[in-house]
Amino acid sequence: MLLNQFLVLGAALFAFGVYGLLVRRNVVLILLSVELMLNAVNINLIAFESYLVSAQAVGQVFAIFVITVAAAEVGIGLAIVLMIFRNRKSANVDDLSLMRW
Amino acid sequence: MTFSDWIAEPVNWVFAAIGLAVLFSGFRVVTSKNVVHAALYLVGALAGTAGLFLLMSAEFVAWVLVLVYIGAVIVLFLFGIMITRAPTGLDESLSSDQTAMPALLSAAVFVVMTWASIDAFGTELLATVGEATSTQVIGESLLGRFVIPFEVVSFVLLAALIGGITIARRDLTPVEEEERMSV
Repeated sequence: MLLNQFLVLGAALFAFGVYGLLVRRNVVLILLSVELMLNAVNINLIAFESYLVSAQAVGQVFAIFVITVAAAEVGIGLAIVLMIFRNRKSANVDDLSLMRW
Repeated sequence: MTFSDWIAEPVNWVFAAIGLAVLFSGFRVVTSKNVVHAALYLVGALAGTAGLFLLMSAEFVAWVLVLVYIGAVIVLFLFGIMITRAPTGLDESLSSDQTAMPALLSAAVFVVMTWASIDAFGTELLATVGEATSTQVIGESLLGRFVIPFEVVSFVLLAALIGGITIARRDLTPVEEEERMSV
């Protein structure tokens, strides 16, 4: 297998994530897009590990770190979304313009 | 390496099948007009990614991905969707109407990254296809060279746990507080 087939797939997934991040209005869906981008990063890390083959499996360890931090991010993110929904009765980012000039 | 050489390897058929499934699911995650469907398509994208990890002989990370993401994170997302009472049917207002610039930007991101990786790596082959990575190596690496980052990341998780509870907790109203004190 080529290294590039995984890198291109990761780039495509990342591009989808960027698109979703910009286009979506619902905060939960924006977080979903962020997960998609983090997932693309994981594909790249594992592909480079498989290509370079370090003695200590550095790429795989980093992928585990990314997964852990993503789990923490989702936990905090959804707590914040919950709080916003409770205060403003909406999870739509267009309604959250209180701090915009 | 020509395309006919590439497609002659059976492992690449598997890659093509999983890759197309991942791309389709990823596309539906960002375009689906139903919130719950978007979250469930993310399951498809993540499961496909775990399959790709298995192809690259990263078994441990593949199963961690399945357990943590599909087992926990997606459930958390579904909870989030249900709690915020997002419209669960078809909803046109989930996405903004201005799709041209985001599409252009993400296409530019894709083209630049693809061009850079093809320019840099051309037809380089992966080295570990078909071999099993010993989980022992990952364990020794996590508790050896990467023990400090490992502890830091576990602390981050703990902080996120406490932070999540603190943020999401509802403050009691004065009446409720009085009731609690009197019990």
